[in-house]
Amino acid sequence: MSLFADAFAWIFSADRLTGSQPLPFTVGQHLYFTFVSVLVAAVIAIPVGWLIGHTGRGREVAVVLSGAARAVPSLGLVVLLVLLVGVVHKTAAAVVAFVLLAIPSILAGAYAGVRAVDRAVVDAARAVGMTPWQVFWTVEAPLGLPLLIGGLRSATLQVVATVTIGAYVGLGGLGFYILQGVPLRRFDQILGGSIVVVAVALVLDGVFALLQRVVVPHGVTAGRAALQDDSASRRRSTAGSAA
Amino acid sequence: MTWVLDNLGLITDLTVEHLRQSALPIVLGFLVSIPVGWAAFRYTAVRGPVLALVGLLYTIPSLGLFGLLAAALGISFLSETNLVVALTIYAVAIMTRSVADALDSVDRTVRDAATAMGYSPWRRFWTVELPLAGPVLLAGLRVTAVSTIALATVGILIGVENLGYLFTNGSQRRIVAEVLAGVVAVVLVAVVIDLLLVWVGRLVMPWLPRHSRRRAAARAARQAVAA
Amino acid sequence: MITARHPRRLASGVAALAVAAFALSACSSGDPLDQGGDTPSGGSTAAADTIVIGSQAYYSNEIIAEIYAQALEAADFTVERRFNIGQREAYLPSLENGEIDLFPEYTGNLLQYYDPDTTATTSDDVYAALADALPDGLEVLDQASATDQDSYNVTADFAAEHDLTSIADLAGIDGLVLGGAPELEERPYGPSGLQDVYGVTVAFQATGDTTVDELVAGNVQLADVYSADPRIQTDDLVTLEDPKGLFLASNVVPLVNAKVADEVADVINAVSAALTPEGLVALNVESTQDQRSSADIAQDWLAQNDLA
Repeated sequence: MSLFADAFAWIFSADRLTGSQPLPFTVGQHLYFTFVSVLVAAVIAIPVGWLIGHTGRGREVAVVLSGAARAVPSLGLVVLLVLLVGVVHKTAAAVVAFVLLAIPSILAGAYAGVRAVDRAVVDAARAVGMTPWQVFWTVEAPLGLPLLIGGLRSATLQVVATVTIGAYVGLGGLGFYILQGVPLRRFDQILGGSIVVVAVALVLDGVFALLQRVVVPHGVTAGRAALQDDSASRRRSTAGSAA
Repeated sequence: MTWVLDNLGLITDLTVEHLRQSALPIVLGFLVSIPVGWAAFRYTAVRGPVLALVGLLYTIPSLGLFGLLAAALGISFLSETNLVVALTIYAVAIMTRSVADALDSVDRTVRDAATAMGYSPWRRFWTVELPLAGPVLLAGLRVTAVSTIALATVGILIGVENLGYLFTNGSQRRIVAEVLAGVVAVVLVAVVIDLLLVWVGRLVMPWLPRHSRRRAAARAARQAVAA
Repeated sequence: MITARHPRRLASGVAALAVAAFALSACSSGDPLDQGGDTPSGGSTAAADTIVIGSQAYYSNEIIAEIYAQALEAADFTVERRFNIGQREAYLPSLENGEIDLFPEYTGNLLQYYDPDTTATTSDDVYAALADALPDGLEVLDQASATDQDSYNVTADFAAEHDLTSIADLAGIDGLVLGGAPELEERPYGPSGLQDVYGVTVAFQATGDTTVDELVAGNVQLADVYSADPRIQTDDLVTLEDPKGLFLASNVVPLVNAKVADEVADVINAVSAALTPEGLVALNVESTQDQRSSADIAQDWLAQNDLA
């Protein structure tokens, strides 16, 4: 119990506003790296994922890519790119590593979102006379948003974890406290840093969870509710007739 | 790649260590996730909280989880135990969702038919539902294994020596070949284990068509998004 | 990712997690950094007559450990290697309880670990103070003349531009950024020591393994580089003198479990006698520039020095 008390004391100590990595600054630094990397990855991966989902071509490549990317060790990739590029562009090299690790999840989310749309709905849209472009933008993309956001959520959390590890190459971020705390033998710092980075991850996860709910089109939610009412009333009448 | 040739012994030793450290979390994760995933599947009241909790565990950054585990479980921060427990938690987090989905994927009518034929729930689970859930389970196990093998490298930051050593030692000595060898080695080990699991899957489930690519691709895409 | 469709369930998941963590932590005790991590390779103890040698997660330390190992093997000892154990809190307990027998260490850093407030700074003083500060059960054999201690360095151009020979000469310069390992920020010889002892004000940047590169690139003006780092010579760095003794002298010294001290003393002391500062730098050059393995480097060094 006292370990957690010490850790919280460390987090809220006034010393956290001084030094080379003040806590608020470091949190901001961590979020900055995360958002920039996910944004760049999204710009690359969403169009590609949508294209693969819409045309149906290249999906095996996407699946293999997602699978292979899971096998790449993030610490190794960050160290490798920073070593190759050198210190002058160290931050850019690290961001490239983060982007590479984020792309597969976003790609899979974009692709799966489009593919998950009921074929009947797509056919109906075509039957009504929509052009392929219209079908995509007004039907497939909106209905696929929840899964796309799921992919973004997955990617964001993976980048948060990798930015934490990125402290090893001197990038800053919340991993700094943990890596500095080890040789200094300060467990309150290690645990404090751990708590902060976990809290950041949980908050981001919560934000995305809400986003996934909010993003479902009104029509879909209404449709689902109607279905539930329908089946509930059917169950009630069946039970009545059995008695 | 002269560096690799000169250091094959080191790379081999580290690979063996790496596999040894990854094996327990994968196996334990698989075993623990079956009852937990089954509970989430069977009892809808429990499903939401269990999957939410398991999902939350996966969001915790590894370096942060090591600190929390050391404090919560009273283990040493700089120890293999810490690494193995953390990897097991992540394995359970990935695999539980797979188990729930896998059992979900079994056609309800088949389950009903088994019940109608007089199978007890226990026998039905082990002889009907689990085998039919096999393909999805295997897909989840493959994802779990590959993720665990890649993630284990972070152990070097808490003093556990495995293939991650090649990253920190290579970084200290500024030897690109060493770091690259480490990355390639981890990917290769993961790919080999993945293929091994596919082969084991074919042995254990000989009734499956060998090349159901489209279904496997769709499932794998869903897995990739879910985990 | 799991799509938690209800934020309430998400919250209940978080609550469950938090409660579990707090409940479990109530059962834990002790400092998680003092519990001496598992010994690598499964925690087995070696056979009674085997000498177990460990090393830090530092390539140069690993070379010295390999030299000890091969020297002992040449003297017909059975040796078990457990290298790259990492931090002192992980391996010192293992040394004390006999799981590890021998470890190459550095006098100054080790003294500061056991006695952070020590005032000893010269090589002999530090060695004497260390012998006193060590717990029962641990001993140090003869120290080598080779050193590998923290030192403040600047580029040759920067030294020429500001006419620098010692750390004190930095006193008037504005905008200095110090680079080094993350923990340097909090060390007594870090920014606070520079301020207190020499009146030098620096900002700190954690540069880790890229410290020398950052110094050469000009991102930092002052860097903490280990004195045996070959890049001091190859990159034309100037080590600033330390007249007020900010840094403790840190010679290479074998740290042994008292029980095996007598057995290995002859062999290891001979190694220490032959290990010169220039020699250590040369070993590091072979590792970083020639990219040779510790085993090969150790083998050649022992042959050249007629010790194996």
